[in-house]
Amino acid sequence: MSFFFNQLVIGIQLGSQYVMVALGLTLIFGILDISHFAHGHLYMIGAYLLYIVMVLGGINYWIALIICMAALAVGGVVVERLVYRPLRGQPHINTFIAAIGLILVLETLVRGIQPKALSVPKPIDTTLQFAGINMELQRLFVIIGAVVLIVLLQLFIKRTRLGTAIEAVAQDREGAALVGINVNRISALTFAIATALAAAAAVLMAPLAFVSPEMGSVLILKAFVIVVIGGLGSMKGAIVGGYLLGIIEAMAIAYISSAYKDVFAFAVLIIILAIRPTGLFRGRD
Amino acid sequence: MAGIVRLWKKFPSKYGKAGIIVLVLALAVVMPWITSKYNVRILTLAMAWAIAALSLNLILGYTGQASLAHGALMGIGAYAFGIFAERVGLNFWLALPIACLVTAFIGLLIGLPSLRTKGPYFAIVTLCFNVIVYKVFENWQWLSGGIQGQVVPQPSFLQQRWARYYFVLGCLLLTLIVMHFIVKSLLGLTFMSIRSNENLAEATGINTFRNKLLSFVVSCFFVGLAGSMLAIENGQLDPTITIHLNSFYILIFLLIGGAATLSGPLVGAIGLYWLLDYMKKIGIKGIEEFRYLFFGLILIIVIIYMPRGLVGGLKQLWEWMKSRLKRRKIGEVPE
Amino acid sequence: MTTLLRVEGLTRLFGGLVAVNKVDFDVEEGKIIAIIGPNGAGKSTLFNLIGGTISPSSGKVFFAGNDITGWKPYSIARAGIARTFQTTALFEELPVYVNLVIGHRMRTRSGLWDVILHTPRQKREKNETTAKVLEVLEFTELGEYINAPAGSIPQEAQKRLAIGVALMGNPRLLLLDEPTGGVGMGETDNIIALIDRIRAKGVTVCVIEHKMRMIMSLADRIVALNFGVKIAEGDPQRVCDDPAVIEAYLGECIA
Repeated sequence: MSFFFNQLVIGIQLGSQYVMVALGLTLIFGILDISHFAHGHLYMIGAYLLYIVMVLGGINYWIALIICMAALAVGGVVVERLVYRPLRGQPHINTFIAAIGLILVLETLVRGIQPKALSVPKPIDTTLQFAGINMELQRLFVIIGAVVLIVLLQLFIKRTRLGTAIEAVAQDREGAALVGINVNRISALTFAIATALAAAAAVLMAPLAFVSPEMGSVLILKAFVIVVIGGLGSMKGAIVGGYLLGIIEAMAIAYISSAYKDVFAFAVLIIILAIRPTGLFRGRD
Repeated sequence: MAGIVRLWKKFPSKYGKAGIIVLVLALAVVMPWITSKYNVRILTLAMAWAIAALSLNLILGYTGQASLAHGALMGIGAYAFGIFAERVGLNFWLALPIACLVTAFIGLLIGLPSLRTKGPYFAIVTLCFNVIVYKVFENWQWLSGGIQGQVVPQPSFLQQRWARYYFVLGCLLLTLIVMHFIVKSLLGLTFMSIRSNENLAEATGINTFRNKLLSFVVSCFFVGLAGSMLAIENGQLDPTITIHLNSFYILIFLLIGGAATLSGPLVGAIGLYWLLDYMKKIGIKGIEEFRYLFFGLILIIVIIYMPRGLVGGLKQLWEWMKSRLKRRKIGEVPE
Repeated sequence: MTTLLRVEGLTRLFGGLVAVNKVDFDVEEGKIIAIIGPNGAGKSTLFNLIGGTISPSSGKVFFAGNDITGWKPYSIARAGIARTFQTTALFEELPVYVNLVIGHRMRTRSGLWDVILHTPRQKREKNETTAKVLEVLEFTELGEYINAPAGSIPQEAQKRLAIGVALMGNPRLLLLDEPTGGVGMGETDNIIALIDRIRAKGVTVCVIEHKMRMIMSLADRIVALNFGVKIAEGDPQRVCDDPAVIEAYLGECIA
């Protein structure tokens, strides 16, 4: 039984990472209608930035977290302005090509400068033991960090004027423009928030895994799976879908097969979409 | 000068088009004699990718459904050919069509659930299929031959490099001709109506699901052909031929070249494949290492400034020049 | 007179909202029926239910004696019900004549093998389609736009083209959702004349319309809806004088 709970904790931790990445992605999809396939590579940049700031710069982990989030927020705005805004109104698949171009640029750049995988030390390297569950403290940080950020994001969206504007644009872009919401500003803001979230996920996860140029490519696929399962543009869907996928994966690895660990997510998606072609929650069509 | 302009204006675009086709074809035929062996090999591979881009063009460019499973399907075609020719020991002329049919059949199985979804959902579902196929090939040693891979026999008449070049050229022409016929037919217009407005097509009495499925399966048949060509040219296969990055490359070749045109996929696949190879062997250290960075920048710039691809952009430029010329002529009337 | 279309107790719920509530009416062959009602009365939903775009929560639709409830839109179109949409739906980037060709596609059968083998059937069907396109181009007076992309021609011509696409399949019943919507007052005459010609050809027409003057001159019968419920039915003058209709429209009808 303790094995089961151990896997459950790992699943929740995996899910936390997925939710942080997928939330940003679903917001971007809902606001701008673009398939931001390079989101996972911005996550990767966040992890490398942590290495630079913390390992090379010797700055405290938690301060580094703030620095990385802020820097990536700016990076997200730059990406939106330079790559995606000129493509607004073009078919989906065109923004997808631009995103692949961006992926190639970022990955080649990082690989060219530092081809080896790096590791980042844990800020507090201890393992908790509780009722038969062994858990590294960093896993707990990931879980708690995700919950804090989700709550903050929800408060921002529901309680502030800017936040409600984001939600309004996500649900109905033309309508929001009609009532005088500046869609350009909102989309820049959304990119800032989404990319900062991805950076937070990267910083929290980095001590648990290697930092490598391709670390974002499988993650972005899974994030897309979550966004689609949840319904494109639906935040509730991304949260539910993210945790669900993390837990399903952890269990499938433990009880079915680890060789196929990356396949379960995609199989789940195909089954769900074959039954409900527009996802579990009603997002934008 | 004025005489040349007048001549050029009188030159009907229909003959112009035929002239360009004859010229390109002649160039393609004499290529093995005028260029190095290495270039012949690069061109052969590029033409195989062009077949793949043309196949994606049918389902994406004309039918409007962005399949991201074409990399996997190309790999399935390649493996099917390799397995039937080597392990089963079938005759070449039997193995090739069977490989294409197997790919079309797998395409049918993938299309049945995924074509129920629309727009970006379809793209993501097919991408998921691609990842699954890749993982299966990676892990199922019996099927893929694992790291050692699968040997592909080259029949006696395709031992020579130039022979393979002409064979792939022939297959490319066959693909082009079939695509041309489809696009010009009532069936092709049906596909385009789905791309243009699926709900209206459905209300106009068109069974959109069946037509999308047909387009997808035909497209898979030809991407299987492309895979078989790659298998024959390389003589060796490993699981990475099914990776989803290949789907992205087919997509890039198609969109940068120009979707919904027949020359676009050719220009995109051959041009970009050549460009990538050129950057590799140019011998300048910075370019060699960072070639995918330049490639990525080119993608972004072309897709922003030429959203309809190189061929689409050229067509627009042509129309613009014609209208300018016409305007100047009207301006000249008072003289 | 035979009944071409019969709607029985048609109901559609959206969440808890009743968009169409137990609507019954008959359409007789060769007549023009107008469906009127204020915005949100459920008129377009009614068309979507008949056309199969959405399926009813309860109730039935009969066409030429067949129960077509729950059929797919393309089957209903093939059975002989053609329609246009409120926001003009066309294959916008395709030329006008291609739009018409697609409208006739459901009456042709040539498929992949005909393409590859160049069968005589494909050739014959192409000729048939061309003849039909020329006929409808003349009928809808769209000859001047034949090669223009459908999205680039004037709004009023687009409305006629949408009707033309619907006519290409030789329908027995034509559902027109606001055929003059978004068209200036001076330009509606062309469309009214077109609908008159369609009636003269013997095609039954069911039309949703706001412009009362136009309805009074065209319609043989009127069905009035409000909040998804049928509030009146009958010949134009009687419906217009009906107190429930006047109340629904706040006297708009009297003008």
